[in-house]
Amino acid sequence: MSNIRSARALRAALVTALFSVSVLSLSADAQDLQHFEDDPAAKGDTPESIKGYEIAARSDRSDAGFGDSKAEANMILRNAAGQSSQRSLSFSTLEKENETVGDKSLVIFNSPRDVEGTALLSHAKILDPDDQWLFLPALKRVKRISSANKSGPFVGSEFAFEDFTITELNKFSYAYVGEEEVDGTQMDIVERFPRYEKSGYTKQKSWVDQEVYQARKIEFYDRRGDLLKTLTLSDYREYDGVWRAHNLSMTNHKTGKETDLVYSEYQFKTGLDQGDFVKGVLQRIR
Amino acid sequence: MRRSLKAIALLVGAIFVAPSEAAADEWEFSGEIAGEFRYFPEPAQFPSQFDHWQPSLTIQPDFRWQSDNGKHQIVVIPFARLDAQDDERTHVDLREGYYRYISESDWTLLIGAAKVFWGTVESRHLVDIINQTDSVEDIDEEDKLGQPMIKLSLLKEWGQLDLFVLSGFRTRTFPGIDGRLRFALPADIENPIFERDDRRGAVDYAARYSNFFGNWDVGLSVFHGTSREPRLTIALAADRLFPVYDRITQGSIDVQYTTGAWLWKGEAIVRGGQGETFFASVAGFEYTLYQVFGKPWDLGLLAEYLYDGRDDGFITESFGLTTDAPFTAFQNDVFTGARLAFNDTQDTSMLAGISVDAEDQSLSMLIEAERRLGQNWTAELESRLFFNVDPGNLADALRDDDFLTFRLTRYF
Repeated sequence: MSNIRSARALRAALVTALFSVSVLSLSADAQDLQHFEDDPAAKGDTPESIKGYEIAARSDRSDAGFGDSKAEANMILRNAAGQSSQRSLSFSTLEKENETVGDKSLVIFNSPRDVEGTALLSHAKILDPDDQWLFLPALKRVKRISSANKSGPFVGSEFAFEDFTITELNKFSYAYVGEEEVDGTQMDIVERFPRYEKSGYTKQKSWVDQEVYQARKIEFYDRRGDLLKTLTLSDYREYDGVWRAHNLSMTNHKTGKETDLVYSEYQFKTGLDQGDFVKGVLQRIR
Repeated sequence: MRRSLKAIALLVGAIFVAPSEAAADEWEFSGEIAGEFRYFPEPAQFPSQFDHWQPSLTIQPDFRWQSDNGKHQIVVIPFARLDAQDDERTHVDLREGYYRYISESDWTLLIGAAKVFWGTVESRHLVDIINQTDSVEDIDEEDKLGQPMIKLSLLKEWGQLDLFVLSGFRTRTFPGIDGRLRFALPADIENPIFERDDRRGAVDYAARYSNFFGNWDVGLSVFHGTSREPRLTIALAADRLFPVYDRITQGSIDVQYTTGAWLWKGEAIVRGGQGETFFASVAGFEYTLYQVFGKPWDLGLLAEYLYDGRDDGFITESFGLTTDAPFTAFQNDVFTGARLAFNDTQDTSMLAGISVDAEDQSLSMLIEAERRLGQNWTAELESRLFFNVDPGNLADALRDDDFLTFRLTRYF
C-alpha cells in the first residue's frame, strides 16, 4: 500500500491520521499509512447522518488496501414460475486510488456461449457517470456505451447496473435508523440516499453487522418509495482482513423474479495494474 | 468448388473428433453451427439467378490455447459455408489463425490471420479497412475475411498505437452467376486486375492511434496499400465484371462523444489513388430511452447522414468501360433506425432501419431480430427490403432482391 502513495497523499495522511485510525481496526498492516478524508456533502451534519456515514465508512474502508482481485461467478436467474437460466462471468477489479474515484473493473462473460467473450470495462466515478466500454467479440468491436442507464437490469438479471457500486461510500448520504438483533447477530440499520443522478431508487436500507461490519441485507425502494427488491448477502469469507460475500441473492418483490450471484474463491493481489484496465485490453480478450 | 467441399468435410470431421470440453494442455474448443434459410419473395431480375429459396449451412469451430502465465495465445477459427444455390457463396476461410504475445511492459505482438475493427457509426463501416469484406455473407459489410498480418500494439498512458504490416492480399468475394444480391453481370473473381503488374503479393501498411479524453473517444488511422474495395470494370464484349484493385493511401478519423444517454458519432476518410482524391464521412447519433413503456426495455434511436464525394461514374476506355473509383451507394444518404433491447434472460432484441438516398429517394429497409433459446441456441430473423428504387441508383440491381433470412445457431 505504502509504495503507491504519493508525497501529497502522505502529507494529507498526517493531517487526517488522528481521526481515521480509530475507524480502522481491520487489515492491520495497511492501516499505518491509510488515510481517509470524509466527504462533508455525503456525511451531512445531523447526528443521524454522521452516525450513518460512519457505519458505512467502517464497512467500505475495511476493504482498503485489497489492491486487486479476481473471481469467477455464476449468475442464476429465476422467474416467478421457477424456470432458470445461468450465466458465468469472470470479474477483475482494481482498487480505487482514493475515495474521490471508484474502482476499475472488467467483467467477461463465459456463458451462455453466444455471448462468450463479451466484456464490459468500467472506470467507476462517484457522482459523475462511469466510463464504460463494451467489447463485442463477433465484430471485434470496442464500443463506448452510455452509463446513464443506472437503474436498468444488468444482463437481464434482477441486479441493476448501479447495484454493483453500492459500496462506494460517497455515492450516498446516510441516516442511522437504529439497531436490531437478527439471528443472534446485532445489526446496525442505516438508510442511504443516492447522491448521483438517474438512480432508480429513492433509498436503500441496509443491515450491517456489528462484528465484522459487513452488509447482510439491503432493501431497495423505488422512485415511488415502495419496496422493490431485497438483497441478502451471505457466505462471507475473510481474506487477510478483507471480507467478501460469496452468495448474493436479489429478490424482486414486484415480479417475483430472483437472481443469485454465487462467487467462487477470490484471489487478491494478483498483480493487476492500471495497464490491465485500459480500453485497449478489451481487444485481446478474444 | 470441389476444393471447398473437401475442406468443409474436413472441418465437420474435426468438430466431431475434437474434445468438447477444455481438455489437457489448456486447448479450449468451442464453436457454432448454423442452418440458414433465405427467402426471396420475388423471382430473379437477371437470367440464371435462382428464384426464392436459398438454404445454407455454416460452421465455425474455435480452437484456442493460452500459456499458464497468459503471455502466449494461439487462436484458430476456420469458417465454412455450404450454400445450396450459389457456388460462390459456398466457401471456406480462416477467420482467425494467429499467435499473440502479451508482454508485461504494455505491448502486444500478433502474427497471423486476424480480424480488426475500427469505427463508431452503424450505417456504414467507412474507416474499417484492415479486413476484406466477405460480401457473399451479407450486404452489410460486417462479415470479414481473415487478414494475414503482423500487428504491434503499444498500450501506453498516452494512448494506444497499433502498427500493421499486412501481406497476402485477400480479394473480395462476390455472388456467382446463380446468386442473388449482385449486379446485372457477375464479377469474375478468378481474374482480378491489379493496378500495376500482379500486386497480389504487395505489402500494405497501416497505423492507428486511439485514446479517450473524458467523454471523447478518438481514433486516427492511416493506410497505404491495395484497396479492399475494387472498382468493377466491364469489358465490352464480356459477360462479366472484372474487379480492379488499386493502390491507395487513406487517412481517417473516427470519434464518439458520450454524454448522458447520447452517443454522438462521426467517421471521415480522405482517400487518394482511385481517380481524384476524395472525402467521405458519416455522422450522427444514438440516443437511448431506458425502461420505456414501464418495462425494462431500452429503446435506442439512431440517425446518421452519409456523404461520399468519390467520382464513380462510368468512363469509356479503349478496351471497355471503367470507373475512377469503386461504386458506392452512399453519396448522399440518410439513415434512421431504432433498436429495442428487451433486457430479458434470452437477450431478445430488434433493430429496424431505413436508408434514403437524398437525391433520388430510393429506399432500403432493414429489420433484424434475435433471441436466445435455452442455453445453447439462438434464433435470428433478418430482412432487407428495397423500395422506390430509381433506375439510376446502384440498388436498382437489387430491386427484386427483397429477402427474409431465418437462422438457427447451435453453440457448442
